[in-house]
Amino acid sequence: MNFWEYVFTPSFAYSVIRVSTPLVLATLGVVITSKAGITNIGMEGVMLTSALAAVFGSAFSGNIWVGLLAAILCGIAASLLLGYLSMQLKVDGALACIVFNNMAIGGTVFAMYTVTQDKGNTISLHSGSLPQIQIPILKEIPVLGEIFSNHNVLSYAALLLTVVICVLLSKTALGLRIQAAGEAPQALSSVGVDLKTVRYTALGISGLLGGIGGAFMSMGYVSWFSRDMVAGRGFIALAADAMGNSNPVGAVLSAMLFAMAEALSFTLQTTSIPPELVQMLPYLVTIIGLITYSIKKSRSRSGKSIVSN
Amino acid sequence: MRINKNTRLWFRAVRFLLAIVIALGVSFVIIAFSTDAPVRAVVNLFTGPVTSVRRFSTVFETMIPLTFSGLAVCIMFKANQFNLAAEGALYAGALTAAIVGIYVQGPGWAVKAAAILAGGMIGCLIGAIPGIAKVRWGASELVLSLMLNTVVLNLGTFLFNRVARDPAPSYAASYELPREVSLVNLIPGTRMHSGLIIAACFVAGSAVLIYKTKWGFQLNMTGSNLNFAKYAGIHTALIIISAQLVGGFIAGAGGATEMLGLYRRFQWTSLPGYGFDGVILNILAGSNPLLIPIAAFFLAFVRIGADYMYRQSDVAAEIVSIIEGIIILLVMASAFLAKWEHRLTTKASVTGGESA
Repeated sequence: MNFWEYVFTPSFAYSVIRVSTPLVLATLGVVITSKAGITNIGMEGVMLTSALAAVFGSAFSGNIWVGLLAAILCGIAASLLLGYLSMQLKVDGALACIVFNNMAIGGTVFAMYTVTQDKGNTISLHSGSLPQIQIPILKEIPVLGEIFSNHNVLSYAALLLTVVICVLLSKTALGLRIQAAGEAPQALSSVGVDLKTVRYTALGISGLLGGIGGAFMSMGYVSWFSRDMVAGRGFIALAADAMGNSNPVGAVLSAMLFAMAEALSFTLQTTSIPPELVQMLPYLVTIIGLITYSIKKSRSRSGKSIVSN
Repeated sequence: MRINKNTRLWFRAVRFLLAIVIALGVSFVIIAFSTDAPVRAVVNLFTGPVTSVRRFSTVFETMIPLTFSGLAVCIMFKANQFNLAAEGALYAGALTAAIVGIYVQGPGWAVKAAAILAGGMIGCLIGAIPGIAKVRWGASELVLSLMLNTVVLNLGTFLFNRVARDPAPSYAASYELPREVSLVNLIPGTRMHSGLIIAACFVAGSAVLIYKTKWGFQLNMTGSNLNFAKYAGIHTALIIISAQLVGGFIAGAGGATEMLGLYRRFQWTSLPGYGFDGVILNILAGSNPLLIPIAAFFLAFVRIGADYMYRQSDVAAEIVSIIEGIIILLVMASAFLAKWEHRLTTKASVTGGESA
């Protein structure tokens, strides 16, 4: 089949939305913390632990929604832990996140092995996945129905949460406080708002988003947990945040761009292009996107070439 | 000055031991969930490496790539750059060494030297990309290097499948390297190879570079206070990029040494994870290249122990990542307290000027 014929199909658009879900959720989570002045490198580990929590929650309770709840709670707890490490214990934020991500990779495998005696995946737990939703009238419409209907419930949640986060950041007192925490922390304390409380709140919301993203990985994308299954999505979210200049809409659009690269990599697997090269496409697009964005930004802000973190 | 330095070292040692105790306490609780005999498991964890000469020598083997990655990260981070490309550099260095070993004809020593040098050069290239993008355009070197590692793995796998893969074995492996290309075995009956000596040379070289040369001085200054270094007339961009080049070279050469020392065929199908280990080692060693081998020995010891524990007590060896993580986090957290305590006792007159 001709490659372009495949790309311009409803099923390709459908798959872009599907693979964008965890990226969009992670990106929103990174955006809200970066607005609060925190570079959230730990998103990768937050999603990974949540993905496992979702499987365990669902398998042990026999209820998929308990799985989602477990993932959300795990995400929030992990995210707050990162805040505790950097704000209370004064561990360097970036290093704390790097170490946490490493612990998440090993820790999830350890927990998985302890429960299932398998180091590869949790297929034996039969934890199930969250339902796909048919949108009533929309599903009848030819092309649009094929693209937008019958997605996982969390894909719609991601869309909804994008709107919620936009409104939260720009229209609510909390949102303005979060922005102030990033731009002018002193201004916050001058009006009697505790900086740490605001940052913890931002981290909590970020953890919630990462938790949902993790749940999608193990209860939507596939129906099991496997070793290191988040595969750099938390880091891609960081790149999307940088490209969107921490604006939720811009960041989510950047995340969609990376999702397109990922969906394209699935499509290209049916062609004769070597699979190894196809698999690196999303990461290569991220690198090119990030560098292009940085070049543009550095041109508009000429003179300052080196900015330390 | 000297007394001050000694007290700080002493403080650090005590805190480090305390960190180990706490980490073990927490992991003991976790281990207790996964086995009925947690005490035996922990005993296995610590005595495992010394149960046989063979196993103890494995600690030294494991130390070699760890030392290289620790040194690489040490130099890259000295420029205050969170460049994690050491991971990709180590992988690419090993693959390059394998390809050179397979295809280049010549006397053994020359091929070996060429392989390690070629591995180092590839490492240079990989380490430099995030550094250049950061210095030139302000792109996040952390995100870039992480994405780059995945790209390197995929490109490497592509190259491996086209150029080096031997179709004969049922598993993915390259053609066999000639015997004379392997590094010399140091102790018969073990796999301990002369890579240990190469690693020691790199440790000494890095220490001289950092502590005894003008470049090292400029690197330290650039990393600790960029603006000050700029005003002092240091070409900071050049220093930062060259540090990433040197770090990348060490990682690449380390990958090549690992390849020639331990394997006759290249078999890595995923990233080896040494890049992240390098970060852990650098923190444990307090960014001192001379302490990197000691930290590497500690890490290798715990890992071999964990492997033994897995075989004896069926506790997944991945528990070490939790033990390591807790130790590192506590070391970093208490490092701050040490400064704070120091500041309190000496009653530094400068208030405000927070450097973190």
